[in-house]
Amino acid sequence: MSGNRYVARGNQLAARMLGDEMMIMSASTSTLFTLNEVAAAIWEAADGATPLDEIVTNQICKQYDVPVDVAMRDAENLVEQLASRGVLVLSDKPLAPSGIAREETR
Amino acid sequence: MPGQTTAAERLEVVIEIGHLPIRLCVNDPSFIRLLETRYAGFVTSRREARFEFEIEIAPEAFGSADEDVRVQWDSECWRLDRSDFHAEWNPATARGKIRQTANPYSIDSVLRIVHTILLAPTGGFLLHASSAVRNGRSFLFAGVSGSGKTTMARLVPPDAKLLTDEISYVCRRGAQYYAFGTPFVGELARAGENVSAPVAAVYLLAKGAENRIEPMGQGESARALLENILFFAKEPEMVDLVFEAACDFVSCVPVHRLVFKPEADVWELIV
Repeated sequence: MSGNRYVARGNQLAARMLGDEMMIMSASTSTLFTLNEVAAAIWEAADGATPLDEIVTNQICKQYDVPVDVAMRDAENLVEQLASRGVLVLSDKPLAPSGIAREETR
Repeated sequence: MPGQTTAAERLEVVIEIGHLPIRLCVNDPSFIRLLETRYAGFVTSRREARFEFEIEIAPEAFGSADEDVRVQWDSECWRLDRSDFHAEWNPATARGKIRQTANPYSIDSVLRIVHTILLAPTGGFLLHASSAVRNGRSFLFAGVSGSGKTTMARLVPPDAKLLTDEISYVCRRGAQYYAFGTPFVGELARAGENVSAPVAAVYLLAKGAENRIEPMGQGESARALLENILFFAKEPEMVDLVFEAACDFVSCVPVHRLVFKPEADVWELIV
C-alpha cells in the first residue's frame, strides 16, 4: 500500500490534452508519452501536496465509479511506471511543484 | 576582363524558400553555378536577405556524410556539425559560416537545419512528406522511407503542382497553415514548384490492396506528425516548440491514414 505517498509532475515536460488522450513530451529526452483519460486525471492532480490515496478516493473513484481497492492498485502501478520515466516524482513527503521534497514546517 | 572572375572574387546567390531569403556567399564560381542549378526556381533576384552565410570550400572531405548531425546552441550561436560540414550561425547578427567540400549535399543539410530552427518559434516545421497543390489547397503525404511518399509524388495528376517529393515546408499564419514548395529533393530527384497553398489535410501513408481513407484521432495524429517532423536541436526549448507546433497543427488540420495501391486513381480521393 501507498501509505501517504505524494506525487508531483516531473520537470521539463510539455503536456497537451488531445481528444481523450494526454500527450506528454519530455523536453530533455524528446520522449513522447501518451496517457489515457484516467491516467491523465491522476497526472493532472499530481500537485505534490495531495496524497495519492486522496487523489484516488476523491477524484478517480468518484469520477469513474471504480472500487477503491482496484483503483488504488492500478494507480500505484501507474505512478511507479511514470516515476521510472521521469513523468512523475514520488515521495513519502509532500513535494513542491518542481518535485523537490518540502521541508516540514511546525 | 568582363565576365571573368578571379579566385578572390566574392560571389553570391539568394535562395528563397518559404518566403525566407538566405544569401550564400562563396568565392568559387563553379560552386555558385552548382547552387544556381540545384536551387533553380528558388533563386531570387532580390538583394535583401534575412540571413547570410559565408561558405568556405574545403579541399578535402572530413569524413562520411552518413554520420548523424549535431546541432547545438552555444551561448550566442548555433553550431551545426557533421563529418562533411561545420557551420555556425548567429541569429542576432543574422550571419553565419559554413565550411564544406564542393558538394551539394552539405549545403542542403545546412539549409534544412536552419529552416527547422527558424520555423520552430513560429509554429511551422519541415515534415518528411511529399506534397502537392490541387484546386488551390495543399495535401501532404507523410511517412517513413518506403511508405510511398515518392510514389504519391510520381502519380501527381496534371491538374496538381508538386511541392516536394521528400520534405514538406509548413508555415503557420494565425490559425491557417500553408505548405510551400521546396528544392529539397528525394528519390524522384525533381524539385518542387515554388508556390504555396493552405494545407487541406495530411495523409499518413500505408500501402494496401485498395484505396481508402481512414480517420485518425488527434492523439494518434500528433504522434504520427512528431515521428515525421524534422528536428535536430535537442535543446529543451526547441523540443517544447516542436511539440506545441505538432499539437496546434492537429487541432487545426485534419490528419487521415491513406491506405493506397500505387496507381494513379488514388488521386481520385485527394480533392
